[in-house]
Amino acid sequence: MKGFNHKDLLGMEQLSVSDIELILDTAESMKEISQRDIKKVPTLRGKSIINFFYEPSTRTRASFEMAAKRLSADTISLSSSGTSMTKGETLIDTAKNLQAMNPDLIVLRHSSSGAPHLLASEVRAGIINAGDGTNEHPTQALLDLFTIKEKKGKLQGLKVAIIGDIKHSRVARSNIIGLKKMGAEVTISGPPTMIPMMSGSLGVNVVNNPSEAIKGKDVIMVLRIQLERQSKLLFPTLREYSTYFGISRETLKNTKEGAIIMHPGPINRGVELASDVADGPFSVILEQVTNGVAVRMALLYLLIGGHKSDVMD
Amino acid sequence: MTLWIRGGDLVDPIKGYIEKQDIIIEDGRISRILPSGVFSEKADRITVIEASGRLIIPGMIDMHVHLREPGYEYKETIETGSMAGVAGGFTGLACMPNTDPTNDNVSVTEFILRQAAKAGKLKVYPIAAITKGRKGESLAEFGDLKKAGAVGVSDDGSPVVNSELMRRALEYARYHELTVISHCEEISLSAEGVMHEGMVSTKIGLKGIPSASEEIMVEREISLARLTGCPVHIAHVSTAGSVNAIRRAKEDGVPVTAETAPHYFTLDHTEVMGYNTNAKINPPLRTAEDVAFIKKGLAEDVIDVIATDHAPHSLLEKNLEFDKAAFGIIGLETALPLTLGLVREGVLTIQTAVKKLTHAPSSILRIDSGVIQEGAIADLAVIDPEFEYTLHEEDIISKGKNTPFIGKKLRGRNILTITEGQIVWSRDSKNIGCR
Repeated sequence: MKGFNHKDLLGMEQLSVSDIELILDTAESMKEISQRDIKKVPTLRGKSIINFFYEPSTRTRASFEMAAKRLSADTISLSSSGTSMTKGETLIDTAKNLQAMNPDLIVLRHSSSGAPHLLASEVRAGIINAGDGTNEHPTQALLDLFTIKEKKGKLQGLKVAIIGDIKHSRVARSNIIGLKKMGAEVTISGPPTMIPMMSGSLGVNVVNNPSEAIKGKDVIMVLRIQLERQSKLLFPTLREYSTYFGISRETLKNTKEGAIIMHPGPINRGVELASDVADGPFSVILEQVTNGVAVRMALLYLLIGGHKSDVMD
Repeated sequence: MTLWIRGGDLVDPIKGYIEKQDIIIEDGRISRILPSGVFSEKADRITVIEASGRLIIPGMIDMHVHLREPGYEYKETIETGSMAGVAGGFTGLACMPNTDPTNDNVSVTEFILRQAAKAGKLKVYPIAAITKGRKGESLAEFGDLKKAGAVGVSDDGSPVVNSELMRRALEYARYHELTVISHCEEISLSAEGVMHEGMVSTKIGLKGIPSASEEIMVEREISLARLTGCPVHIAHVSTAGSVNAIRRAKEDGVPVTAETAPHYFTLDHTEVMGYNTNAKINPPLRTAEDVAFIKKGLAEDVIDVIATDHAPHSLLEKNLEFDKAAFGIIGLETALPLTLGLVREGVLTIQTAVKKLTHAPSSILRIDSGVIQEGAIADLAVIDPEFEYTLHEEDIISKGKNTPFIGKKLRGRNILTITEGQIVWSRDSKNIGCR
């Protein structure tokens, strides 16, 4: 069996093509477990996992929790409001205290880019990056790759458009890295204020007009407009955003037959994505969520499961 | 006590020569400079400093440091900063006013000078605030500050946002013979940025500070200097665009001077990869192209001065998430080897390099220092330009250990420092003997 020689999953950047293939293959068997009547296997019995969420999250947090429980790991969940972080403790101090309880894995969601990297250098437990600032969200990218592969049978040679606030999106960044590694071609699109400087360095095409960008694409990934962290400087109003950059049935007229619509959630219905499209026949949005559990089970297994203990030393 | 520095090569940054000369120091002043081998005193109380194979340079003047006292003594004190300074070859430091309380009044200026005298290692030249509390609202009392010993004014760390206030500061400061030093940053454009906006910030998902946020303010200061005819000094130049703007201004005869820091001609933004908070500085490390322009600016004398922007922080402020960590790195103990790097690369001659660390800042601040000549106050350093070593954290004298150069190879270092005729620091006591 091919090995997965990582203590942490900090980003797509660190994964090789064979690492990604191994994760996706493992996720396939994990998905089967999730479809059984008794959705639980003893694989991670006796392992403990801390889900540490500094930023609010419903989907990712529930998904990690579900994944861990299906593998029989013990989990606890912490959020910044319920921890000493609100009392002024530093991230490293909090982490060292958690480390002292000897967990096997810490799943971290944090508003600062690079926070999981800092943690990984300070604690023995493995770290999974569940989204750091505007840097990466590798488990989202992996579940997206899994979903695309499931629908299209392959990743190599596919054409993918990512639409929305690319600049501030960790989902976009991880997906771009992952898709490129797997041989897909990526086009990004959105208002010029949301396209990062030097996009060329990411190895993507830039097409500002979404209707143009989705032409001939196999996959259309629509990003959430982050109302909570968007300054008023990036676009005038939500109404104008949806008019010029939202994806509607009308925009989709240009697209290739069989193209799938993805969204990492939560959706702002009627802003970046029209309701009828989100619920329409080409949408795989809820399947993404289902696959998220399987992909996270695969990662937990590969990082701390079974015969991996030698890697941890 | 008489000192005899024997057999070294004297670098004169003004006359621009290097010659084997002996230097005799008596009563705190340089009494004689004479060709090697001529002097042969038999006096008992003469201390001989063997300097053959070494360079003798004027004591270096750093016109941009943060000594953190009063208020942030856990980061650095005037005493520890002085020790780091003399270890690095400096005999004069101009300290910025972002202390707590702010140095915007006579009592803080006097306190700084008292602490410096108590430390007794080198001369400290206080830079006072342009505006009260560095708030950008009203001018500090320049007249009293000057009388108390301030040599310049700056709201360093933040710019004076109000352009009329900055104009009045330039006009009023000239009357009191205070140098105005501007930290150039258009705050609304750098916003919450934490590193240079470019390829690396895009790759690792950190908010960028565009070069334009420095350049806009450089252009404003140049416009105000042109309007008023009053001199302005641009702090820590980091971008190609700033170099070009200052070059044009100088060609037009606008009274502008500028400094850069060794990290801006040595490192670029790739240093931040891996979220290295010891590479988090404001202005940020820019691109390799900017580094090349900074070097060109130094070579063509567009940039007059090399200053460190020595900004000590404790681990508490650096061992954090990147966006929460403090801006700034220390520089006193690495300025000399990094500047000598430019000499080895052929960017600067040794004489110009030394000038940018000595006479150039002295003349901008109007202080009596930075020269080696008979009758002058004996502030000087004996350096070994070729010594190679790796910088280890435990060898750093400053309280702050926040530098990206830890673990890196450096070449050239200071051996001995003399302030006002006293040996205030010596790396190796065995080459100082009494006859």
